[in-house]
Amino acid sequence: MLALGQDEIAKYPFLADAGQYLKEQGFTLEQFGTDPDLIPLIEKAYNRIYAACEGDPQSYKSDIIENQASNTASLPREVFSFLLSIVLLKLTGIPTLAKRFALNEAMRAEAFLEKDLKNISTDSNELPIKIIEDLFSIKVKKHNDFFVISVSDYIKHSIHFHEREWKLINRHVEDGFVFLTPHQTVRLVRKELGTFITSKILTGKKPSMISGFEKFVNNLISYSKKFSISIVDSGEYPPCIKHAIEILEKGENLPHSGRFMLATFLLSKGRLVQQIAPLFKNAPDYNEKTTLYQLNHLAGTSGSGTQYSCPSCEKLKTQNLCFIIPECNNIISPLQFGKKKN
Amino acid sequence: MNENDVKFIEDSFKKYYFNHFELIHVPERTAEREFGFQKFNSGMTRHISIKDDKELHLLLMKNIPSDVYCSNAYYSFPNLPMNEKDWKEADLIFDIDAKDLNLNCRSNHTVSICNDCKTISNKQIQWKKCNSTKLEEKSLTCKNCIEKSKLEVKKLFEILIEDFAIDKNDIHIYFSGNEGFHVYVYNSQFQKLGSRERSELADYILFNGVIPETFGMKKFKPNRALFPNFDERGWRGRFAKDVFDSKSKRSKIISELITNGYSSFQKKLEDVSTRIGVKIDPNVTMDIHRIFRLPGSINSKSGLTKIYCKNITKFDPFLEASFLNEDTIEIIADCPIEFKLKNKKFGPYDNEKVTVPTYAAAYMICKKLASIS
Repeated sequence: MLALGQDEIAKYPFLADAGQYLKEQGFTLEQFGTDPDLIPLIEKAYNRIYAACEGDPQSYKSDIIENQASNTASLPREVFSFLLSIVLLKLTGIPTLAKRFALNEAMRAEAFLEKDLKNISTDSNELPIKIIEDLFSIKVKKHNDFFVISVSDYIKHSIHFHEREWKLINRHVEDGFVFLTPHQTVRLVRKELGTFITSKILTGKKPSMISGFEKFVNNLISYSKKFSISIVDSGEYPPCIKHAIEILEKGENLPHSGRFMLATFLLSKGRLVQQIAPLFKNAPDYNEKTTLYQLNHLAGTSGSGTQYSCPSCEKLKTQNLCFIIPECNNIISPLQFGKKKN
Repeated sequence: MNENDVKFIEDSFKKYYFNHFELIHVPERTAEREFGFQKFNSGMTRHISIKDDKELHLLLMKNIPSDVYCSNAYYSFPNLPMNEKDWKEADLIFDIDAKDLNLNCRSNHTVSICNDCKTISNKQIQWKKCNSTKLEEKSLTCKNCIEKSKLEVKKLFEILIEDFAIDKNDIHIYFSGNEGFHVYVYNSQFQKLGSRERSELADYILFNGVIPETFGMKKFKPNRALFPNFDERGWRGRFAKDVFDSKSKRSKIISELITNGYSSFQKKLEDVSTRIGVKIDPNVTMDIHRIFRLPGSINSKSGLTKIYCKNITKFDPFLEASFLNEDTIEIIADCPIEFKLKNKKFGPYDNEKVTVPTYAAAYMICKKLASIS
């Protein structure tokens, strides 16, 4: 665990050991539900969750102003509201709320982290660099106005982004390192920061209900219904799949990667091996036995039993199998094509 | 391939393997690798574990495979089924193949073989015997294909060293045994990367997914100062050299690019990509479980050997990768394209009986353009 100063715990409360912190402050969870002086802290925690889930972080009144805790009393308030938010979310037990809260907390921490990174000297022991190293195993070095990280560390994290600017080709790469601004450096770990905070909420056993918390928990459960969605599927095939079928119908050669895409797509849509096999009949190298063997392998009905999944749009772009059209609408897998949220 | 052809090819491959053990070695960390092989007219045998050169040579003599493979990956248990192997890491591998370079010469030395009526046709001779669509293309690689592939290898080499800081001693280049080159990178920071991460590396090398902003072009209010300079490292520097041509033209060309606008710049990038991007096969680079042709083994698509290139500039595969023997054999050759091996010219042959050295006979039989008479 990192050694943290007073302001740092308020900015990065997820780094603190919750139980340890409460103990050190001389409180038990039960007191927050019953002590009239402490109840406003649960309200503050409730507001923190609500603001996060609404995507309106400004509506939460933070006690940190200008990157510093506003006064001595504000520090524990800020930390308690975070820890109590986690307790409320655990009691509520709804992953959607936990994930929304975690993402917002990650963005909040990201803003602090970026400001702190801008202010550091070249000392690699400073907290922002230590946080990135300890939590996400990324070695960061300051280089003039930039932060440099190894290409392999960069890619491990950047592949979670779908925006093209995050592709390695759109970064300054030199001598095995990627050069990033402070903003890009912290943005790179946002998702993992969110995952880290989510894991803090979702792992560990759910506590039993604490007196005085019920009202807030019930309100959150009713509020969460707003996030339930139903999905309508148009049933139309995406252009990459249509293209692959056209190639086969013309008797032209579809590369192995294209055959893999087509078969895994159709299998995921519930088609049977026997229904898919005839599609390959026109292929120049068609062999019924081999085709059935390979389809069964992909379906997981033979071999290791692993069912192979359809490649992502990103992978299909690399393989020159993507024929994007406006209707693709930023999907990240061909399986999402034609699906609309209601 | 018919029985006589298989027997002839197997005999010549066996002689090669017996006489050239010095060219066929197991790679480092042998016990962690998966090996596999294929025999003519048969499926793949894989998930094999081999201890040392001796065991490999024994496997070659016992099975006389058409093709031999070895994983780029390292496993705890290479002989177990895929999901039980316990993947540890994998060398970074690249495949550069002349067939992917869109070269004009291709149509001059590519033939189509109809899998139904067996007619062979090329640009000059068109087949009309049947209406089958089951055509198989075979190319008799030319010097231009090899030279252009070498240029791609050199571009890749530069990126690996300059951008990724790979030690040049950790980059090994092999002629693939057919139409291109295989490049291995050992001991790099990329050893433990998975498939998705490697596909990102492939895109970088291919110059795929690039956006105008990376080269200074903005949608609104473009700023001249953001365009790349000649002395910059990485893709920005390479872009500057390709697009501006000389330092004196830089300013004028930037003005033109800004005047032409953002979408014209996007098209420009596509055009630049065909020249400066390295035409690797991304499927090979992103595959972390591949069994890749074993160096020193013969490629059954040609009868040529996958051989280490000490000096890529001087390397001549038609001279240095042909190891089958000189004994002559009578074949019926239907090979409409002339080719050169070991400084000797062969063909074109129009379905005729000819007596040629084993290495040339094997080359044509492997390409399905000849048969033992």
